[in-house]
Amino acid sequence: MHPAPSIILFSTLSGLGFGLLVFLGVGAIQPVGPAAAAFHGIGLGLAVAGLVSSTFHLGRPERAWRSFTQWRTSWLSREAWAAVGALLAASLFALTAVLGAPVPLLGLLSAALCLLTVLCTAMIYASIRAVPRWHHWTTPATFLLWCLGGGAILAAQTWLAAMILLAAGVLQVATWRRGDDAFAALGQTVGTATGLGARVEPLERPHTGESYLTHEMVFRVGRRHADRLRLIALLLAVVAPTFLLLLVPSHAAGLVALLCFAAGILAQRWLFFAEAEHTVGLYYGAPGGRTT
Amino acid sequence: MTMLPAGTERSLGLVIDLDICVGCHACVIACKGWNDAAYGAPLSDRDPYGAEPEGTFLNRVHSYEVVPEEGAAQTVHFPKSCLHCEDAPCVTVCPTGASLKRAEDGIVLVNEAACIGCGLCAWACPYGARERDPSAGVMKKCTLCVDRIYNDALPERDREPACVRTCPSNARHFGDLADPESAASRMVAAREGFDLMPDLGTRPVNKYLPPRPKDERVDVLAPLLEPVAEEPSGLLGWLDRQLGKL
Ligand code: SF4
Ligand code: SF4
Ligand code: SF4
Repeated sequence: MHPAPSIILFSTLSGLGFGLLVFLGVGAIQPVGPAAAAFHGIGLGLAVAGLVSSTFHLGRPERAWRSFTQWRTSWLSREAWAAVGALLAASLFALTAVLGAPVPLLGLLSAALCLLTVLCTAMIYASIRAVPRWHHWTTPATFLLWCLGGGAILAAQTWLAAMILLAAGVLQVATWRRGDDAFAALGQTVGTATGLGARVEPLERPHTGESYLTHEMVFRVGRRHADRLRLIALLLAVVAPTFLLLLVPSHAAGLVALLCFAAGILAQRWLFFAEAEHTVGLYYGAPGGRTT
Repeated sequence: MTMLPAGTERSLGLVIDLDICVGCHACVIACKGWNDAAYGAPLSDRDPYGAEPEGTFLNRVHSYEVVPEEGAAQTVHFPKSCLHCEDAPCVTVCPTGASLKRAEDGIVLVNEAACIGCGLCAWACPYGARERDPSAGVMKKCTLCVDRIYNDALPERDREPACVRTCPSNARHFGDLADPESAASRMVAAREGFDLMPDLGTRPVNKYLPPRPKDERVDVLAPLLEPVAEEPSGLLGWLDRQLGKL
């Protein structure tokens, strides 16, 4: 799938923001006064920035309000509701916190809705059967763990952050390995895609140039390139922040840890899209599974 | 509404005969021609005379080489447009309700006035049957020429999809696949029409008819070219034998 910068930025930023809002909501940190304004402000700001950037990939963003209507079937619609609910609850909770009288129940509601929003985002991808690499419980699990990991770094929960990051890293490696076999496990080939049997080779494409389909869904990334990026993602998102948080207890180190983490998540999200094989690739002779 | 109807009264769709499609792309052009001028936003082209032309199409024709168990390889042309699936995953993912499946005839449509162009339905379709138009910013897909098949302003024989009407080899057929007595259904039954990627659970309405196996190779000229005499005789035979001794 095409790794669109707006969508990658969206889930990275909003994941960080919602993660921090979760830690604030459950009361893991309880800043007061100006510090409260700063923490809640950063959480809300990141979440909103992410959501705004997600509208850049819409063809008709002025109609975005319509996406609230189909929550019965569509995870994207559910995400829209969850996001608005989360931002409302988190803003109200922030207000009470800044005023010096935080309402714990409101905080818990805010935390739950923030996690629900991230879950909905992940389910948009996980519900797509035509992309077997995504169509699995590991998709929401990794999104949620990375969100909590980022939140823990922002909330300066050093030990907790380190533990979540390690867990997320382990799950991520397992997810990559499972994902590498997912397309083959789906059992679809150009033979089943065309119904023409076991030995089918594309002879001519239907169009000499590119198309929406080839841009959007027949994106391929080489195995060596992907392996290198996986390593970079793990180093930046897990190894570097863990060491910095545990061994260099200072604000500056915390900031560097956060930047490393964000860069690592950007790499992870880029791979999330770039490595995902869509069944439509079969019609274009894109092999299932990883290319060399 | 993105809830799929519990059932449809009719299941209108196409039957595409891979045996006789000659890969002329006439249906591609007819489809683009009709849908550029009628229903919804036109299908835009980008850089049409430049180095990297591309455009939006609702129907495209691939070509494949198929090697059967026995015999020579075959070239098969493979037209692909929306299959108007019974369990259309493209419909349920739509956040706005722009994607819908009609209860009366099963046609899967996009209400372009409500579409936000998020592209999610195109991801959800396993077949690549939807393309977002870069100029209009909305999702385009085969409408089954809904503005032809019910159009009283057209002569009766034109009340079928443009691609079906134009196909010079009659490789595309239109009909009600839910009615076992329709010509389309009978053709599917007789020729063992099949679904694309049935395991994905989309239950396509459109059916494909397989290429027929190639006939046994019959060489019509061979019997006429048989040598008149196996062994030369007479003077020629004597000469042949003498030469053979040398
Ligand atoms: S072919 Fe694709 S676009 Fe058409 S109904 Fe089926 S899933 Fe939807
Ligand atoms: S692109 Fe339009 S039709 Fe497709 S899912 Fe988004 S809003 Fe619905
Ligand atoms: S039925 Fe109409 S819209 Fe669909 S492929 Fe044929 S010509 Fe195009």
